Amino acid sequence: MTKIGLEIHCQLTHLESKLFCSCKANYREFEINENICPVCMGLPGSLPRLNQEAVKKATVIAMALNCSIPEKIAFFRKNYFYPDLPKNFQITQLNIYGDTSIGGEGFVIVEGKKIRITRIQLEEDPGRLIYEGSSSKNQITLVDYNRAGTPLVEIVTEPDFESPKQVREFLNILSDLLENLGVSDPGLDGAMRADANVSIEGGNKVEVKNIGSFHDLEKAVHFEITRQNSLHSRDISIIQETRHWDDKRKITVSSRSKEEDLDYRYFLEGDIPWISIDNNILEKLKSEMPESINSKKERYISKYNIPEQVADVLSSDKFYSDLFEESHTDSNAKEIANIITTDLMGLIDTREKRDATKMSAVHLRDLADAIISGKISRNSSKNALYEIVKTGNSLPQIISDLDLGNVSDESELTVIIQEIITSEPQVVEQAKSNPQTINYLVGKVMQKTKGKADPKLTLDLLKKLIG
Amino acid sequence: MNLKISALEFVQQVQDGNISAEDFVAKTMEQIHSVDEKLHAFLSVNENAINQARLIDKKIKSGDKVGACFGMPISIKDNMCIKNEKTTCASKMLENFISPYDATVITKLKQQDAIFIGKTNMDEFAMGLSTEFSAFGPSRNPWNPEYVPGGSSGGSAVSVSAFECVASLGSDTGGSVRNPASFCSVVGYKPTYGLISRYGLISYANSIEQIGPITRTVKDVAFMLNIIAGIDPNDNTTIDNKNEDYLSGIDSGIEGKKIGIITDMMTDGVDPSVLSATKDAISKLEGLGAICEEISIEMVKYSVAAYYTITATEAGSNLARYDNLRYGYDFSVEGYEFNSYISKAREKFGPEVTRRMIIGGFVPSAGHAGKYFLKALKVKSKLTKELDEAFKKFDLLVAPTVPILPFKIGEKINDPVSLFLVDINTVTANLTGKPAISIPYSISNGLPIGIQLFADSNQDKLLLQAAYALEQTVKLPEVPL
Repeated sequence: MTKIGLEIHCQLTHLESKLFCSCKANYREFEINENICPVCMGLPGSLPRLNQEAVKKATVIAMALNCSIPEKIAFFRKNYFYPDLPKNFQITQLNIYGDTSIGGEGFVIVEGKKIRITRIQLEEDPGRLIYEGSSSKNQITLVDYNRAGTPLVEIVTEPDFESPKQVREFLNILSDLLENLGVSDPGLDGAMRADANVSIEGGNKVEVKNIGSFHDLEKAVHFEITRQNSLHSRDISIIQETRHWDDKRKITVSSRSKEEDLDYRYFLEGDIPWISIDNNILEKLKSEMPESINSKKERYISKYNIPEQVADVLSSDKFYSDLFEESHTDSNAKEIANIITTDLMGLIDTREKRDATKMSAVHLRDLADAIISGKISRNSSKNALYEIVKTGNSLPQIISDLDLGNVSDESELTVIIQEIITSEPQVVEQAKSNPQTINYLVGKVMQKTKGKADPKLTLDLLKKLIG
Repeated sequence: MNLKISALEFVQQVQDGNISAEDFVAKTMEQIHSVDEKLHAFLSVNENAINQARLIDKKIKSGDKVGACFGMPISIKDNMCIKNEKTTCASKMLENFISPYDATVITKLKQQDAIFIGKTNMDEFAMGLSTEFSAFGPSRNPWNPEYVPGGSSGGSAVSVSAFECVASLGSDTGGSVRNPASFCSVVGYKPTYGLISRYGLISYANSIEQIGPITRTVKDVAFMLNIIAGIDPNDNTTIDNKNEDYLSGIDSGIEGKKIGIITDMMTDGVDPSVLSATKDAISKLEGLGAICEEISIEMVKYSVAAYYTITATEAGSNLARYDNLRYGYDFSVEGYEFNSYISKAREKFGPEVTRRMIIGGFVPSAGHAGKYFLKALKVKSKLTKELDEAFKKFDLLVAPTVPILPFKIGEKINDPVSLFLVDINTVTANLTGKPAISIPYSISNGLPIGIQLFADSNQDKLLLQAAYALEQTVKLPEVPL
């Protein structure tokens, strides 16, 4: 049986400052080595100053993943040399001397299967290495410390996954969950990184490191299973090793390093006292937690009668569910859910388009109300939405500019219907005895008005005029 | 002008207009220039000190608000960061390190108009107890320049003893304030762990070390604590002392206080003159109305082993950042692979630092941690429990600060184990976090002997009251400069 376990690193991108100093957690907007201070540079004499908000956010993640929270948490030093590590040790968490990591055993249900979470820990991210030079001969390595000390949550799972598909499904659930909690923006480059442990029946465990995105994680796992199966089928034994994901070639490569032999000499970080997380704090955090995706979904179904599939899509995406919450009323909720999931999601399907959209919740509410009251046809509403997203103009403005409004003026429609009746005498006769035929006439009116005739009014008038 | 005054006397005299800060600082500079070539207390001297003193005098004259130090010249051990000044830790590795920030104690002293007269010599990265391991040469004991001044804050103790400043800040990881204070016949204080912010103190063994004042009198320690103690947002291990005034009630006496005599610190290995001085001090304490009784602290005999295991582990980690990529800049990376480059870079460390880094790589490593590091932590926790128990029965504990008299320069440097054992009476306070003080008590063959008092955690005020009471019974000869 194939076994896959994951170690996921998630940046707490919504925090104001780094884990141990007041430099910005959002390091992305700085020039190289501008977002640094004596603490995150590990200058002689500097001491870590724990960011309490980071502890809270990590605790919230642990709670959302059904983890146990220990009464006291502690930090440890992981000692190793690497140029991106200013102190040559990383402040992280560890459970070997009792459970002191921020989250203990938890679980996530993926496609009906329980995926166990081993632990959750809070730690600092190192700096970033930048390689310059084309060949290995003239290659130089530069270090940007802007990222050094930013808060990272590591989520470790048991080897409970059996397929890359389960891995992908889990990652989807996890990134939706993290986004919904308001702790991380999984869409940011480098905000989510992962290592995977993969083994097949009868083979040793292989660790795949350096996977820079969730997208590549599924690919890496898939590649690794295929590689191992192919070795196995030829009776070649699978050695226990660490492999690196080669981002360009999309394959795993044996790292041939002695990483497995590294002794990190873990010991307690004396500069950060133990932290008590008592029930009062937990209760407070729980009460401040945003509504879970599942709870949202159930509410959408039961309260607004939104179809399950639509509710599922809507609730799992924080951007759209926030938009929905802001715009809907009891009467237009279903229509808004419909607009978002069938039209809007296709219209702004990338991060850039999302950021660029000029649409507001008011637009969405106006559009749904206009559809319900018959002011605009469903067909025309798609064009209106496109204009809203592009220009941000008000709905009445757009309807008038593009002439998208329904023909709902009784006298105007009467004239059009009279013309149809005159040109289709046979159908009119049939309609008198067979009411189904009237739909054909409605279709004719729509054709003539380019779909803008108010359907209800058209039907009423037709019935009246035919008699 | 008399340089041989305490910090409190200095403040009084400047306030009374008897002396100016400028004159006093100028005189102090003269003293440094005349004695320091021999004693080598300083690694660097603040050439701007007289100008700074002049500015403070101006403030005094114009009636502006002046800080509590009134331009007092204070020396600082060279492991505390002063902005835009060199902070070398007496190491080649940091020979050219200029700190871009102030340690919290420095910020607080600056706010009180102290003047930093210079940075003092020490054992490299505070590892040692004789100041012989300074990469820039040893300091000498003002009582006899053939002898070591103790360490690692040797330069600080020498500078106070030889009137090259009024007071000094040292750091105490295993006795590094108390040991040189004892050897140089000045007062040395190791506060409760967390009482003084370590922000800006270059770490050696961060879980047990503290900055501590070295002064001429016990009252001066209280004066310094009033300025530098208390909670600091930059150091998560600091404790809230509720702005305690350590000077008020310092003369309350020790009538009726129960004092435990730590027998395990007064064994056969203790020099007879140190032993008799301690016994004399105990009878003085009894004369002051204290009730003294012997107590055995069993874990003391394992304390030095535990101390070296824990400090080496932490040092191995704390000093890992000195990899020549950011500090040192000794040679080009050309021709080295990453690990070999770091090995080469570390040749810059002196012998004692190297020794402890090697131990520090070994004792917490996989397969050995159980036998060494974790066992050392057990000793630490048992020792703490023993002391907690002792303080249920006693208000204070007493012992010699150092079991031996100052030794000659070069005498023990090639025998690390016998050097390590000199720490036997001081490491207990560090391993347990309890406050301890060394006060000058006696002179034997021209060499000083200090007496050490301990109190329970956060009983710093009580400890200073007791030390003050004992100090009043002592009259010592002047240092023969």
